Amino acid sequence: MLSFTKIKVLTIYLILISTIFFASLNLKKNNLIDKNINLGLDLQGGSYILLEIDTEPLINQKLQAKVIPIKKLLNKAEINFKDFLISTNNISLIIDKEQQNKFKNFFFNKQENSVNNFITEYNKFELDLEFNQNKALIKFSNFGLVSLNNAALKQSIEIIRRRIDDVGTKEPTILQRGDKRILVELPGIDNPERVKELLGKTAQLTFRLVSKDDGFGSEKLILSENKEELIVSKRVVVSGDNLVDAQPQFDNQSNQPIVLFTLDRLGAQKFGKITTENVGRRLAIVLDNTIISAPQIREPITTGTGTISGGFSFQESTDLALLLRSGALPAPINIVEERTVGPDLGKDSIDAGVFSLIVGFVLVILFMFIKYRIFGLVSNISLIANLFMMVGILTILEATLTLPGIAGIILTVGMAVDSNVLIYERIKEELKTEKSIIHAFDTGYNKAKITVIDANVTTLIAAVILFIFGSGPVKGFAVTLGIGIVTTLFSAYFIARHLTSVIVLNDNKGKYFKL
Amino acid sequence: MNNKINFSNFFNIANIFSLLLVVISILFLFFKGLNYGVDFKGGTLLEIRIENKNIQIQDIRSSLNIAELGDVNVKQFGKEGDFLIKFEKNANSNEKFITDLKNIISNKIGSDVNFRRVESVGPKVSSELLKQGLTAIVIALGAMLFYIWIRFEWQFSLGAIVALIHDVIITLGIFSILSFEVNLSIVAAVLTIVGYSMNDTVVIFDRIRENLLKYSKIKTNEIADMSVNETLSRTVITSLTTLLALFSIFILGGEILKGFSFAMILGVIIGTYSSIFVASPVLNYFKVTQETLLKDDEI
Repeated sequence: MLSFTKIKVLTIYLILISTIFFASLNLKKNNLIDKNINLGLDLQGGSYILLEIDTEPLINQKLQAKVIPIKKLLNKAEINFKDFLISTNNISLIIDKEQQNKFKNFFFNKQENSVNNFITEYNKFELDLEFNQNKALIKFSNFGLVSLNNAALKQSIEIIRRRIDDVGTKEPTILQRGDKRILVELPGIDNPERVKELLGKTAQLTFRLVSKDDGFGSEKLILSENKEELIVSKRVVVSGDNLVDAQPQFDNQSNQPIVLFTLDRLGAQKFGKITTENVGRRLAIVLDNTIISAPQIREPITTGTGTISGGFSFQESTDLALLLRSGALPAPINIVEERTVGPDLGKDSIDAGVFSLIVGFVLVILFMFIKYRIFGLVSNISLIANLFMMVGILTILEATLTLPGIAGIILTVGMAVDSNVLIYERIKEELKTEKSIIHAFDTGYNKAKITVIDANVTTLIAAVILFIFGSGPVKGFAVTLGIGIVTTLFSAYFIARHLTSVIVLNDNKGKYFKL
Repeated sequence: MNNKINFSNFFNIANIFSLLLVVISILFLFFKGLNYGVDFKGGTLLEIRIENKNIQIQDIRSSLNIAELGDVNVKQFGKEGDFLIKFEKNANSNEKFITDLKNIISNKIGSDVNFRRVESVGPKVSSELLKQGLTAIVIALGAMLFYIWIRFEWQFSLGAIVALIHDVIITLGIFSILSFEVNLSIVAAVLTIVGYSMNDTVVIFDRIRENLLKYSKIKTNEIADMSVNETLSRTVITSLTTLLALFSIFILGGEILKGFSFAMILGVIIGTYSSIFVASPVLNYFKVTQETLLKDDEI
């Protein structure tokens, strides 16, 4: 165990030197090789936001959109029906038993089916049809719901990305988590509240006429400026989908912040038509069920551009323009988890973490030196090498260092000496019966090997499970703990063993032996 | 450390003591339960810093008497002027909530307030996190059991797992007794404790197995005694260096790591104790002898 070939020694120190090189990359930003340890949100400050989409309203909305196609289909197939009812997640109607099969055939027709889409991905239909006596029940199939959900989630991620890019946050992370959630990480953000407001808004913009009669086809909405209640038609003249651009500006006359919007061709046509026909009436600009403003139409607007003024502050007009530009979310989104750390706390955490690392390190090193003298020194050199290698590997992997991650490094320092202690204690035992010192060291290393591996595997198991189940900062702990085990084994069995062999082989008289 | 300590003499007493601790822990866990933090209970946690150092806890508490925040808890957190506020309501429902709250507090106490940390977890996520944490601990225990089972004989596996469960229950029991807050980092600590305690147990077991094969005439208890003694100085030194590292985190690592390092310190002490006084006696109860090792390989 104590003999090393030249190649082996070379490889060991080459590995050590290269990890030290990578570790040193962290001293300077933007160096030749662009590799650094990333600081976690808890150390550099920032926000972790977990969003969940709520597909319920979307399901209802999509179901509403099926009403006309279904009625058309029924008419085309000459099927008599009555009691056509829409509830939150299904449509029910009464059809005579004799005609039910006919309806079924039309309903599950793979070709030219404008009602029930066939999802090739799952080889299934979007909608389900069930009969109970003469009552037919139409609802989304499980596959329909899944594909609806997936599409909405993908689109939401896209829109959220656009919104965040627009705010100009550096290096945001936007990831899908499970089938309903989106994880947003915003490092170094100074105003998380503003971003949260931007993320949470559905930003469904509609232009609708204000009407006088409160009946079917209209609804009461609040005008945000003065809390006035207006009756607004449910018919949408133009929606945010027709928007191609929106920019914040100042009004020429009043010098108030406003939003200037531009419609696409179709939108401009519709807008022109409505404004021409309804001069004198009020047009409500509705954002997520609140009226932002309801100006009177003074003259036809045919250019496809217009302004929204609603007594905004400049920030509000900027945000509104941003929301309109990036588009509406297909479904409402809720924040289900938020963790924000301010930059000054992050810095305090780094300071405290690094300070306790240094103190812990020095204490352990002193202890080992006092206990084992020259071999304590060997163990300490391998511990320092261990620390460098940990940092080096973290850099190579561009891993994220968190506060618990620093704790993991400190803990590794405490536990890493275990391998050397196991070995030295074993050698001490061997020395009691063994005359040859070299032989004692050899058997010591050999016999301790299995125990050392066993002992480290158990910690590794804990680290792996923690990595799989842990979230956020805790995952950082698992990473450093896991890497620490690998570097510990390397430094104990290669570096420390090699150094030991150099000492033992050159000192046959046992001058240094006082284990 | 050459003086031999007759650990086996204390096995019975220690086991009764352990059993008592486990029973007390279970009773506490059952009747008092754990003091779950925001991660597992849902709600909001704020770490704030106030420039005006004359502000007292009760000032902050009374400033929060507005809005329905639910159960509010305010405490000093580290330095003067730093406070930790916890309440049941989660801040996620309303995007302006935090901004409004900041204004309310700074108006009422008449000083600038810096929100250094905001953590808000909804009820669904917190129950998922709790479930995830428990699953992680159970899987870790299972994985350890499996590892020992393939490396050793089943009696060893059982001994190790009894020791691990002993450690986890007592650590959580102490948390319950002290009403110490349990959050995600405590799960990390418990998992590490499981790894550490296992590590300690394995070292002793390795030696017991080696000695069992070497000496066929000596009783199991004496073999255990001999093995514990032989590995004792290693056990003590490793525990010491680990504790040195942990205490430096506990004292100097800042408030956020306090709970984690406290749990780890408890765990290392309990884990060291259990590998000597819990895991080893189990082998004796199962009459593990040299024969057990030699005839094995059937499971």
